[in-house]
Amino acid sequence: MGPLIPNELIPFEWSSIIAIIIGICFGFILEASGFSSSRKLAGVFYGYDFAVFKVFFTAAVVSLIGLFYMDYLGYVDMSMLYIHPTYTWAAIIGGAIMGIGFVTGGFCPGTTLTAVAIGKIDAIVNVLGIMFGVFVFSELFTFFEPIYNGYFQGNITLVDTLGINPYWFVFIMTLVAIIMFAVSDVIRKRVKKVFY
Amino acid sequence: MKDKEQNRHVYWNPYFGGFLLGILIIFTFFVTGRGLGASGAMKSSVVTIVEDISPKHAEQNAYYSKFLKDDKSPMNSWLVFETLGILIGAFISGGLSGRIGWRVQHSPKITRRRRLIFAFSGGILFGIGAQIARGCTSGAALSGMAVLSTGGFITMLAIFGTGYLVAYFFRKNWI
Repeated sequence: MGPLIPNELIPFEWSSIIAIIIGICFGFILEASGFSSSRKLAGVFYGYDFAVFKVFFTAAVVSLIGLFYMDYLGYVDMSMLYIHPTYTWAAIIGGAIMGIGFVTGGFCPGTTLTAVAIGKIDAIVNVLGIMFGVFVFSELFTFFEPIYNGYFQGNITLVDTLGINPYWFVFIMTLVAIIMFAVSDVIRKRVKKVFY
Repeated sequence: MKDKEQNRHVYWNPYFGGFLLGILIIFTFFVTGRGLGASGAMKSSVVTIVEDISPKHAEQNAYYSKFLKDDKSPMNSWLVFETLGILIGAFISGGLSGRIGWRVQHSPKITRRRRLIFAFSGGILFGIGAQIARGCTSGAALSGMAVLSTGGFITMLAIFGTGYLVAYFFRKNWI
């Protein structure tokens, strides 16, 4: 049955409206979880606030379990879902650059938008920076192109890469997440409190 | 009103927020077949601005031209509408909790100017990185992980791994 729009169960014309509704929920959840505060976000790297880590991994585990259940029960066809393509070195280098950008800027593109919405000037400056970064990348595209288009492995999943059973993987990842949540609470108690 | 003033730093329980975010990702995949995103709209804006200023340059550039179609503006995309929604949703949440106001948030140990310079340079890095990896924390890492994409997992590990590696050098900005 699902996904609904690719299967034309919902007419394509609705997609912009659905996009805005999904965006509203996304923005609301991020802001209400405190992601409009760069100091709260940065806490994950210094151990005084693990909200990013908890929200991120809870969401990842919940969505994995949910999608696999819906696939199993026949509500959604997982093979029709868009799988983010794997370009090994682009993912590593791009991710590393984003990691440095996260610690320096204190935001990532989704969270900075929620901070813009409530009037944070540092977030507005951050968005201008992101746009400038996109501009720099595009202008120097010939320089980045080998890494951007190289090492392409297709739209593969961990099942293809590691040859594991996806259900076991999700189960183990859930257990690891729960253990990491407990560990993060222990670390937070030992780290000097930061008030923001 | 006074309660609001005192409680504006009180946020949702992170597990509750994460649970709802997970449900939203499931819903998004169920309806649209794709995940969430955030940096895509900024890319569309840049492409549109460059095309407005110099259409010829945009057409000749191998990257901009990927996103230019004759009959359709790059702003007419799913991610741009979703991003408008993010702004509205965050505004509602912030408004209900009394968090709206113009301000620069920074550690008392650094100046406003320093915070803004770092916010801008961090943005530049994030902009470049998100283009190389074809998505940011939302589009590549979070939505990729939800369907077990190998690239999504690698991007997530690279973002957080590097973040922890370099955090020490930027500690004065935050703690």
